[in-house]
Amino acid sequence: MKVRVDPDKCQGHNRCYSLAPELFDVDDLGYASAKGDGVVPPDLEGKAKLAAANCPEYAVVLDDGA
Amino acid sequence: MADGPEARTRPPVEDWATDYDIFDPAYCADPGPVWAELRERCPIAHTERWGGSWLPTRYDDVAEMARRVPALSNQIPIVVPPVPFTDPDTGEVLRTRPHIPPISSDPPVHTPARRLILPAFAPQAVERHEPYTRELAHRLIDGFVAEGRCDGAVDYAQQIPPRVIAHLLGLDEGRADDFIAWVRGILELGATDPELRVATAQKIFAFFGEEVRKRRARSTGDFISQILDGDLDGQPVDDDHAVATCNLLLIAGIDTTWSSIGSALWHLATHPADRRRLLAEPELLPTAVEELLRVYSPVTMGRIATEDVTIDGVTIPAGDRVLMNFPAANRDPAQFPDPDTVVIDRAHNRHVAFGIGIHRCAGSNLARMEMQVALSAFLERIPEFEVDGEGAVTWCGGQVRGPRTLPLRFGAPR
Repeated sequence: MKVRVDPDKCQGHNRCYSLAPELFDVDDLGYASAKGDGVVPPDLEGKAKLAAANCPEYAVVLDDGA
Repeated sequence: MADGPEARTRPPVEDWATDYDIFDPAYCADPGPVWAELRERCPIAHTERWGGSWLPTRYDDVAEMARRVPALSNQIPIVVPPVPFTDPDTGEVLRTRPHIPPISSDPPVHTPARRLILPAFAPQAVERHEPYTRELAHRLIDGFVAEGRCDGAVDYAQQIPPRVIAHLLGLDEGRADDFIAWVRGILELGATDPELRVATAQKIFAFFGEEVRKRRARSTGDFISQILDGDLDGQPVDDDHAVATCNLLLIAGIDTTWSSIGSALWHLATHPADRRRLLAEPELLPTAVEELLRVYSPVTMGRIATEDVTIDGVTIPAGDRVLMNFPAANRDPAQFPDPDTVVIDRAHNRHVAFGIGIHRCAGSNLARMEMQVALSAFLERIPEFEVDGEGAVTWCGGQVRGPRTLPLRFGAPR
């Protein structure tokens, strides 16, 4: 699974960052991005899904390779 | 609670779809049933009251409206008609609409004005204010814990945000009572009393004018100084912009968060099972705070249609006001199963308590931190508490909804 944040949609709610700081970074203005290459370790897939399901802007995108 | 002359004399609402009243006391106390009915029968309601406005109640409609920028413009972000801002000495009209950047503007003006303040509210910046907030919460509790009772709204919830925002801006915490009075003069009592609103705005602008003058003479390194040293797309920040920005940060940072803390305390006082679960599982607190924000969302913002806008089959004519009913969106069963119930471990919660789109509340991380600290400190010191006479609880509404009096009683302190 990979995760990314659509920068055109992110408005800096920081829901993803607070739910899964292992997977997301925020910049100085509070806008989020995926950490590193966005690859989600298997044990963090639940957190990635939680982050996507709590983003009011639908900016967190999951790619499960399907 | 609306308390101006018009508030006391106006006729009761007969049909909420065509004649709603955002300051109706019963609606302020419990708006959920009205929203549920409107969502089914007339999801975008209209009224002629308070200058006329449209009121969406469905999540998808509110979200779409938030993205119609600038057709639904932020030039007038308040929920009632603006009153001209006058010079207190000459009476000269200085402005005809609110000047509270960035929230009172659309792009392109909005973008740099927002960038100017965002760094102070990013998560890593907000974290720095947590120790102060925790110390403050305990100091407030120290003041009433031995009495076995307190007013959760007046003695606690109301006291935290003005001091935290003073701490953030670099103001004297000792002025907190003035800040509270000013915020009420703008958003609460002033909402239905235009003269009070202007008189209060004049006091706030005079206060920040002086604070800005002091920092122009000698930078103090605080956030107001940082605003003055900042830039708007490469242009220097003038005094007028700095004063107006501080005005926004003070007004928006106080009664919103105090309402959220107060509503959360009211919920925990009236739902002992939720309170005991939080005591047993404190790691649930961040999730619980999001859920309390969803069910008790305090803030409704205004928009002005700059052209005819059609949403969900309803055409809002150019010039009309729209109330961004984020609180009702957050109770929409199409988005949230069992929407009127607080489920403190609700895992999927795309709530819009802080708005959505480019005007997302800039202070949302600060508000969350204050709520988490305020609730955890209160639960730690006063694990068992209840409302001391339900009839004594009063709610205000309109732009910001929350309890204004919340008598609580509790047992032996820790």
